[in-house]
Amino acid sequence: MANRESYTYPSNSGFGNDAMQGVSSAGVTVSYICGECASKVALSKNDPIRCSSCGHRVLYKERTKRMVQFEAR
Amino acid sequence: MSDSEPEAMAEADGVPSTKLPPHLELRRTRVLCKVDAPDNTDTIQYSGAYASLGHENSLRFADFCKDFRVDITRISDDDMELDMVGVDPSIANAFRRILLAELPTMAIEKVLIANNTSVVQDEVLAHRLGLIPIKVDPRLFDYLSENDTPNEKNTIVFKLHVRCEERGQRLTVKSNELMWLPKGSEFLKTSESLTSTSKPETYTSFTCSQDSMPEFAGNPIRVYPDIIISKLGFGQEIELEAHAVKGVGKTHAKWSPVATCWYRMLPEVELMEEIEGEKADVLKQKCPAKVFEIEDLADGRKRATVARPRACTLCRECIRDGEDWEKRISLRRVKNHFIFTIESTGALPPEVLFTEAVKILEDKCERVISDLS
Repeated sequence: MANRESYTYPSNSGFGNDAMQGVSSAGVTVSYICGECASKVALSKNDPIRCSSCGHRVLYKERTKRMVQFEAR
Repeated sequence: MSDSEPEAMAEADGVPSTKLPPHLELRRTRVLCKVDAPDNTDTIQYSGAYASLGHENSLRFADFCKDFRVDITRISDDDMELDMVGVDPSIANAFRRILLAELPTMAIEKVLIANNTSVVQDEVLAHRLGLIPIKVDPRLFDYLSENDTPNEKNTIVFKLHVRCEERGQRLTVKSNELMWLPKGSEFLKTSESLTSTSKPETYTSFTCSQDSMPEFAGNPIRVYPDIIISKLGFGQEIELEAHAVKGVGKTHAKWSPVATCWYRMLPEVELMEEIEGEKADVLKQKCPAKVFEIEDLADGRKRATVARPRACTLCRECIRDGEDWEKRISLRRVKNHFIFTIESTGALPPEVLFTEAVKILEDKCERVISDLS
């Protein structure tokens, strides 16, 4: 927890310089899904929470890519 | 009308046995339905129940063989009605319970969800998938026990991948979008110790494709169509794999091969006195099941007759209006005549379900016999 303030994203200065997903020149981006137009929106740390294509302000987190197994009961 | 049929039972192998007086015979073979409650509902099993009257009440195998019969009254692809005559209620109930809980079918048990952005939660979606009837003969498959690996003999794999692409539209996902994967799972297991030489591992290990089996060649496994699984808004997506295994209804109702299965005893409606004129009209009006009909007599009078006793639902509407109506009409049920209805969910036709239930009861009996001997 104490580390949190000092933590810096692996950005240009670090190892993440090559084609790492979600890393642009502005730092780490996380991709969200727009609640209105369902397009993917990549946001970085200080971006306003807003869809870049339609301006909608509700964004959803993406679901995990991992397989989830359920019992059909 | 029917007081004469059980008397054929007497003197099967030379044991002298007298006939029962009619009022006792009625109590032995019929449930009497009074206005407040049914009366005389138990069956009399004890062989010496009527010993003081000189009547032998034991059940003889020869008599059973002679009296027992099964008549199919109605049959279609997924439901049937049959009359089973000459058995004890306990046997009829055994068949009902076996049909509901012990006949195996295939049902979706494991759901591997890769993506689900619909409003239906993963758990609910998995549960809904589990309840979809699969049209496949369960006798072609084995049970998947805990230590088994899923293979082509015990698992059926379906794939569902849908996405609503149209803006402003709602896409209804129906069960016929479940695609059968005869080659097994397509999802790869992510394992840490994956070496480049080994074949990528999936969630099933099929040694051959199911559609190369003679049973399924040109006859793909399908599920019951037209069942709504979920509805998708624009941009929502479901991607999953559903693994169906064999099971029985007592584990979970999704494995029950019947939508429902029930029996009722054959109704018997007797008019204890002539009901004529206006009263006949009143009686015909009273019955919601339209059991009674009016007969025109030669001299212009009208008389009530029992036209469709089988339609009687035992609502007792006809005997509710005072004691005199109760005296005029006698509502009964025949104790050893069962009208059995089987509604299949589509895995097997209803007549096959019934014969399979008979086999299961036979197995159970054999197990008891071998335990005793």
